Amino acid sequence: MGYPVEYRYTRDHEWISVEGNVARIGITDHAQSELGDIVFVELPSVGSAVRTGEILATVESVKAVGDVNAPFEGTVREVNEALESAPETINAAPHADGWIVAIEIADPSAVDDLLDAAAYEALLSDG
Amino acid sequence: MRTIFEYPSHERSDGLFPEPDVPTAGLERLIGDGLLRTDRPRIPDLSEPTVARHYTALSKLNYGVEDGFYPLGSCTMKYNPKVNETVARHPGLAHLHPLADAETAQGTLAFLHHLAELLGGIAGLPGVSLQPVAGAHGELTGMFLFKKHFEVRGETERRRILLPDSAHGTNPASAAVAGFSVTQVPSDDRGLIDLEGLERELDGTIAGVMLTVPNTLGLFERDILAVTEKVHAAGGLCYFDGANLNSFLGRARPGDMGADVFHFNLHKTLSTPHGGGGPGAGPIAVSEPLVDYLPVPRIERDGDRYVFDWDPPDSIGSVHSFYGNVLVAVRAYAYLLQLGDEGLRAVAEDAVLNANYLQARLKSTYPLPYDRLCKHEFVLSGANLAEGISTLDVAKRLIDYGIHPPTIYFPLIVREALMIEPTETEGKETLDRFADVMERIAVEARDEPELLHEAPHRAPVRRLDQARAARNPVLRYPFDELS
Amino acid sequence: MRYLSHSDADRREMLASIGVASIDELFADIPAAVTDRFRPLGLKGRSEQEVVSTLADSAGRNSAADAVCFAGGGVYDHYAPSLVDHVLLRSEFFTAYTPYQPEVSQGTLTAMFEFQTMICELTGMDVANASLYDGATAVAEAALMAERLKHRGRIAAAGSLFANVRRVLGTYCWASGIEIVDLPHRPSGVCDLSDVPEDVAAIVLQSPNAFGVIEPLDGVKERIGDALLIVSANPISLGVLEPPGAFDADIVVGEGQPLGLPMAYGGPLLGLFASKTEYLRQIPGRVSGRTVDVDGSVGYTMAAQTREQHIRRERATSNICTNSALCALAATVYLATIGAGGLRRVAELCAEKAHYLADRIAALDGFDLPFSGAFFNEFVVRVPGDASALHRRLLDAGYLADSPDAVRAFGVENALRIAVTERRSREELDRFVDQLGGAR
Repeated sequence: MGYPVEYRYTRDHEWISVEGNVARIGITDHAQSELGDIVFVELPSVGSAVRTGEILATVESVKAVGDVNAPFEGTVREVNEALESAPETINAAPHADGWIVAIEIADPSAVDDLLDAAAYEALLSDG
Repeated sequence: MRTIFEYPSHERSDGLFPEPDVPTAGLERLIGDGLLRTDRPRIPDLSEPTVARHYTALSKLNYGVEDGFYPLGSCTMKYNPKVNETVARHPGLAHLHPLADAETAQGTLAFLHHLAELLGGIAGLPGVSLQPVAGAHGELTGMFLFKKHFEVRGETERRRILLPDSAHGTNPASAAVAGFSVTQVPSDDRGLIDLEGLERELDGTIAGVMLTVPNTLGLFERDILAVTEKVHAAGGLCYFDGANLNSFLGRARPGDMGADVFHFNLHKTLSTPHGGGGPGAGPIAVSEPLVDYLPVPRIERDGDRYVFDWDPPDSIGSVHSFYGNVLVAVRAYAYLLQLGDEGLRAVAEDAVLNANYLQARLKSTYPLPYDRLCKHEFVLSGANLAEGISTLDVAKRLIDYGIHPPTIYFPLIVREALMIEPTETEGKETLDRFADVMERIAVEARDEPELLHEAPHRAPVRRLDQARAARNPVLRYPFDELS
Repeated sequence: MRYLSHSDADRREMLASIGVASIDELFADIPAAVTDRFRPLGLKGRSEQEVVSTLADSAGRNSAADAVCFAGGGVYDHYAPSLVDHVLLRSEFFTAYTPYQPEVSQGTLTAMFEFQTMICELTGMDVANASLYDGATAVAEAALMAERLKHRGRIAAAGSLFANVRRVLGTYCWASGIEIVDLPHRPSGVCDLSDVPEDVAAIVLQSPNAFGVIEPLDGVKERIGDALLIVSANPISLGVLEPPGAFDADIVVGEGQPLGLPMAYGGPLLGLFASKTEYLRQIPGRVSGRTVDVDGSVGYTMAAQTREQHIRRERATSNICTNSALCALAATVYLATIGAGGLRRVAELCAEKAHYLADRIAALDGFDLPFSGAFFNEFVVRVPGDASALHRRLLDAGYLADSPDAVRAFGVENALRIAVTERRSREELDRFVDQLGGAR
């Protein structure tokens, strides 16, 4: 699976897709593969405020827990409720249907400071 | 294999308990209708032969130390002497109510007191509490002592505990339950604690450090005295996790290394049985500054009698209903009496000999990230054996050869870790066979990988669907779904 | 050293294989500054025969082991069917490790699943774990869990928890910065819930409580706002009493020793822990879950492990690792052996005998029962004269009751707490009454 060029990425294996002032966030294919079969996702409440670096959501597999950290400050606009009954969607479609949270952010341009697809792939191969 | 709920119910008259020999009034009158149960718990009524057969069948699905090699790193699965079971079942020790006056329990109090002395001697530390009933419980108690120490000194800003990235999960968990935050200190390329990394963290917010000695890679911290000196100089305390005590019995004492709290795992080092997950015991030994804070009641000697001391005003309180796992303690006591000083020293020697022997035999087949003489355990990696083969696959294939897998995926600092601790009770024949099997599995990994991927083939159940268990937890028998 | 399996020839061969000349070389990494300070214990090893003899002597110096036991406080002298210990002595059960490799641990995991089911049945709850250390730490873990869920920094607890349970709860709550508000009791002995503080994470009750009085739970949950209702229950009493689950309790804990375990001078014990399903992700301890293997056969494995320390580390719901698994197995075999019918019978015997004894004692001059609340198998009697002296005389005559200190702590002077189990014959009860009656 490739890494969509229109997305941005963090060193912690989150992807971010920005539309207007809303950032949609998920975990990358690499992250889901490392975690293994995902069995549970803990989602934040819509409307809650988050600061940069805070835990937005947690993704649990049988043997590990991965935190999804807020890449910027914002307010939770939407959560992917479908993950409550089908957490394995993250394994099957991590970059699309497996999105986790959408947050409204004050400064959409902050996204440009994150890694682009090429830089993220380079990070992975450096391993 | 059925559960006990899946047998045809057996209407049988109860022959276990006698008929009432007092005039009965009926519970509706004695207790009142409103408080009485109206339903019947769905616990089956079965004949004794049925129950006996069921649990015997279940036992055969298990794997105990008598079934074969059990090289679980950090668990010290040594042989459990059967005399331990004999002494623990003596009615004079077992049929004893904990609230019986000390005067009427002098036999037990005497051996508990003696055991505490012996544990203090092994640790090289003056204060001992037998109350903690598991290693993690000992860790928690130790963290409570740290907290109390700094509270008494008015140093409540000391809220951080340092621990190495190779620490066992209970270490940070225990620190967190006691209200501390944890900071990880990385290991250096020797696999030991990075002194500079440690020093950088030593400020006025440090409560102390939690270490396992030797560490979870089976390597002794050569800089241990420097570590504890620096932590003490910075105003902190040192907690030593004693899971790996089997490696230095009879040669070294944690108190001499600068430990302030040291916990024992009686169900590891001192041969008490693991029980499928307990009961264990995690007594702690502590340095002088912490003695006042130990849990109450203490067992003290008063002339030739033993008494409870409830008075220590600065005690943290209690961490157990009574005095700890007394019948586990008696097993460890019996073991210590049998071994004596010479026996303890011999245990560590053969434990370390066995681990190094296996390491030497296996390191050409499996990557050994830290290629040095080890103590009682060592860590290999299952990575790079063959394309697509993981440590999990190796572990499951070992089951087909009748060997319990080693500890896997721990410590976290080794990728695809396989932690192997043979213990001293294994003979050369067993070790050689294990090494032969491991070498054979490495070949299978290359030539017949499906054998590993689909292992185990010869076990009571094949590989289980963990994701299903986690996604849709069924944690009790589904009576309602099956009617 | 019979537990070592090498010959000297083996050792020489192995040293050569490793490439060192002596065993001491394998210990060269321990700093000399440390090994130089080592001191042995001064302990000479004994033979197995001598060890058995030594501990038999110790056992002989425990006069209370032979006393007729009327002591209680969470640990009771119940009868354990012989089959229980025979199952425990199967080495596949008692020497096995924690079931992290489920394919070779189906015995342990299936038994855990059965235990969890039975505890749910007894308590009326949806999910139970595979045990905690003991009833006291189970109460403490429940309080910590309530705090994790509610973030109030305070809990309210009945003043009539057993003193040792309250002490352990106090230690754990001190460490976690949780304040405890102790609730008074009514003259009948039940907890006074008329003035429960509003902003607490939980209300903790014990039933039967430290006075032996059964706490009426009807309507309690409705009166405590959104605080969690935590109830510590005697598992034998649940054979005949309506369980806390029927009253919408959130968490039910208890001391499982009565379920086939010896009194053991207080350890090992068996912590029971059960809760509503909605709190599953917050409960401490191990759970065994049902699943299937690749062939579709039913099997059991550790479930919801991401709550636990080996994965979550400092964010785990508890630091617990080793628990009381073999004791839980004992309880499972105990319940399977006696069955629901047997449990009812034991509970009835306990209650009938206790009430018979209470009535006979109350009829004695100068004795009375200060608490009017309904009781199960434990009750408090006020005695004429000095209770401590009476307690002493009873001991000398071979009867063990809880010391007067057990209830003095609750403000009840000159009284004894007495527990009666199915093991107390009418003869023992009558002679006990005679002993009391001869006292002045």
